[in-house]
Amino acid sequence: MALIRRAGRSLSMLKRSSLFHGKQKKQRQQPIVSPSLPNLTPHLPSSLIRLQINTTYSAIPRGISSCSFRSSYIPNRLLTSEAQPKLPDEGIDDTQFLDFPGVKNTAFTCDLKFVSEKSEEVPCYRVLSELGEPVDGAKLPQMADALALRIYENMITLQVMDYLFYEAQRQGRFSFYMTCSGEEAAIVASAAALSNEDVIFAQYREQGALMWRGFDLQEFAHQCYSNSADYGKGRQMPIHYGSKKHNFVTISSPIATQLSHAVGAAYSLKMDRKDACAVTYFGDGATSEGDFHAAMNFAAVMEAPVLFICRNNGWAISTPITDQYRSDGVATKSRAYGMRSICVDGNDALAVYSAVKSARSMAISESRPILIEVLTYRVSHHSTSDDSTKYRSGEELSHWKVMRDPVVRFRRWLEGNGWWNRQKDTELQSHSRKKIIAAMMNAESMKKPPLSDLFTDVYDSIPTNLKEQESYVREAVAKNPNLYPSDVPL
Amino acid sequence: MWATSARRAIAGQSSVTSWLTQLRNSMIKSGEKVRSFSSGSNQLTVRDALNSALDEEMSADSRVFVIGEEVGEYQGAYKVTKGLLQKFGPDRVLDTPITEAGFTGLGVGAAFYGLKPVVEFMTFNFAMQAIDHIINSAAKTYYMSGGQISVPIVFRGPNGAAAGVAAQHSQCFAAWYGSCPGLKVISPYSSEDYRGLLKAAIRDPDPVVFLENELMYGETFPVSDEVLDSNFTLPIGKAKIEREGKDVTITAFSKMVGYALKAADELAKDGISAEVINLRSIRPLDRATINASVRKTYRLVTVEEGWPQHGVGAEISASVVEESFEYLDAPIDRITGADVPMPYAANLERLALPQQVEDIVRAAKRACYRQVPQSAAA
Repeated sequence: MALIRRAGRSLSMLKRSSLFHGKQKKQRQQPIVSPSLPNLTPHLPSSLIRLQINTTYSAIPRGISSCSFRSSYIPNRLLTSEAQPKLPDEGIDDTQFLDFPGVKNTAFTCDLKFVSEKSEEVPCYRVLSELGEPVDGAKLPQMADALALRIYENMITLQVMDYLFYEAQRQGRFSFYMTCSGEEAAIVASAAALSNEDVIFAQYREQGALMWRGFDLQEFAHQCYSNSADYGKGRQMPIHYGSKKHNFVTISSPIATQLSHAVGAAYSLKMDRKDACAVTYFGDGATSEGDFHAAMNFAAVMEAPVLFICRNNGWAISTPITDQYRSDGVATKSRAYGMRSICVDGNDALAVYSAVKSARSMAISESRPILIEVLTYRVSHHSTSDDSTKYRSGEELSHWKVMRDPVVRFRRWLEGNGWWNRQKDTELQSHSRKKIIAAMMNAESMKKPPLSDLFTDVYDSIPTNLKEQESYVREAVAKNPNLYPSDVPL
Repeated sequence: MWATSARRAIAGQSSVTSWLTQLRNSMIKSGEKVRSFSSGSNQLTVRDALNSALDEEMSADSRVFVIGEEVGEYQGAYKVTKGLLQKFGPDRVLDTPITEAGFTGLGVGAAFYGLKPVVEFMTFNFAMQAIDHIINSAAKTYYMSGGQISVPIVFRGPNGAAAGVAAQHSQCFAAWYGSCPGLKVISPYSSEDYRGLLKAAIRDPDPVVFLENELMYGETFPVSDEVLDSNFTLPIGKAKIEREGKDVTITAFSKMVGYALKAADELAKDGISAEVINLRSIRPLDRATINASVRKTYRLVTVEEGWPQHGVGAEISASVVEESFEYLDAPIDRITGADVPMPYAANLERLALPQQVEDIVRAAKRACYRQVPQSAAA
């Protein structure tokens, strides 16, 4: 009868399909259930299981419509090897054996139903309230006072540096700057959870991470002033820091390119079996770039130990989230790539620290990528070239700036523990200010990079055409010394 | 020199003796010194040259790995990476999802961190989807990082026209990549070139764009034992004078070198001795060799398959005019592909590319003040 023939065909399909539990090829592979099977399907109602056990080969337990049959527990029923004398002739439907190569765990349905565009809610992890008090039921991460104070001091120094450098740009001392106001906790606390061996591929708003690594104020000033002490030899715009010794890859302007780089570096780390991962920071806007998709997909396929930390601050220059993507947040996107993710309150330094620390150990021990969405708000303008009052309301801005300051929130927690007080705060602010101004004055007074730095590092060794060009320039300078700038050494 | 005649002979002859006779005759006729063959001459296809170079470099340095679409299980879209997956395993030969931007960026990131990737593009046309990573992430990074981050990466794949694959598979990128400081751009011709230059490219600490040619993969060239040595490399930035001459200089790269050599043979029948330069390297361009040759012959014809505007020939012309103006006896002629996206129909495609040798011969004769019509007969 047609049903039996179909059942036979399904059987052979099953043998070939990956749903079949055993990879080894058994001689008799008749799918019979033995009553002595352990309860491999505790999630199913026991009546069903009993039905399953009592039945001889039947693809569908009676009483369940074939439309909603889940193929996922078929393998459990095929673990014995007793022969079945005769195939039953009812209730068999071969359409349940889905063995297309493209999808592993799913079932057929005869309901015409579309998957909703609304994803499952992703909860946002937070342990401190806005007032800096532990939330009910929260398990605070282990954080010694020394570490907590170091995080706080970094955040304050970062704030002061941002403020003074922004003002310096306004005064024409250097051409460009980007502050990270509102995102200090997201950046510093996440960096604090990493080890110095983890390679950071940042976007451009993560100077806090570089500061955490030990890049000092003087080095920041040198880079922004593009003087002869700049590690970039004066070739980069301000805020395009990079430091090999701090494992912080030089900032690159095109958005999201650092994501695939990070995956590549993670691959190297994995091949070298290092106890380190690659970490890449990017904003909500970067998730629209092709590189985001490529990097996420690739990292998942290659099982590369990389942390994708998305600073979702609500704005990409003037583009709000509603114009950037239609998913609900960024953390939800990782599921599409087969990647784990978490959504964290980015203004809660403790939560950020805890989440990143946990993600890092998962990434390295399990060799997998993790997406960490850090929700925050961009209090700053996009950069010194931007005036955000043109596209967002003053109320929104001042609300986040005044009421939701992540640094203040962390300070409240420190004060609550008795580790900090107002006086220390004032001292720290003024001390940082003095140091930064001194660094700026020093950087400003230094000479610019020498002429030879124009021609080196294009290639590993300088080619002849550039040597020629350099000698032409030097001849021209020798002939007209008054036309040559005095602060550029030869 | 004898190799060029040998190649021409091998292409057409059936009988060995008649081939040898014709070879001897042609050598005597062109006045070249008759040399006896080295008896251990090996035949090597371009594909094998590439495969052996990759194999040896991967064996020698464990940081070298190959990444691209179809490079592993499929043995390479053009079988260039045949056997490498079996020999080195999936850690060193990576099959990727279809994302040029993804695997190029990943390769660049791996290079930042100290590995030496060889990124294969199915054709350089598809590399345009990754060109931001090639230029902004690879070429400029050593400079922009102040020398802190080097990018020892090789991008390789077929470039230029194949046969009947239309515009999106036929563009020549030599001029585009050749204009970018920070990159080294190589376009080999013979098996010796492919082998020596790929090895040099992999060993080079700078990013290298290695432009191959699909139609050359199956071509066989005789190579000496020295070429087969595992330490054989060729210097990047040096052109090779494939054939010496004294009346007109013809520069070419990749497949066009073969045509230029055939053209030189045609011209020899008319008593014009053409010097054929195989550029090998687009960036750095071996201006010294080109200019020295022009100073000897006083005439120049550049040949390329790519588009004329801002092409390699344009750069060579400018360079020669700047440095050897007084030596030129005739205007420089550029033979290039037609200024159109490559058509598909076989007749149109043939017309869109430098036509075998006729165009080169005509241009050379024009440079030597022979009476020839300016443009091709329809």
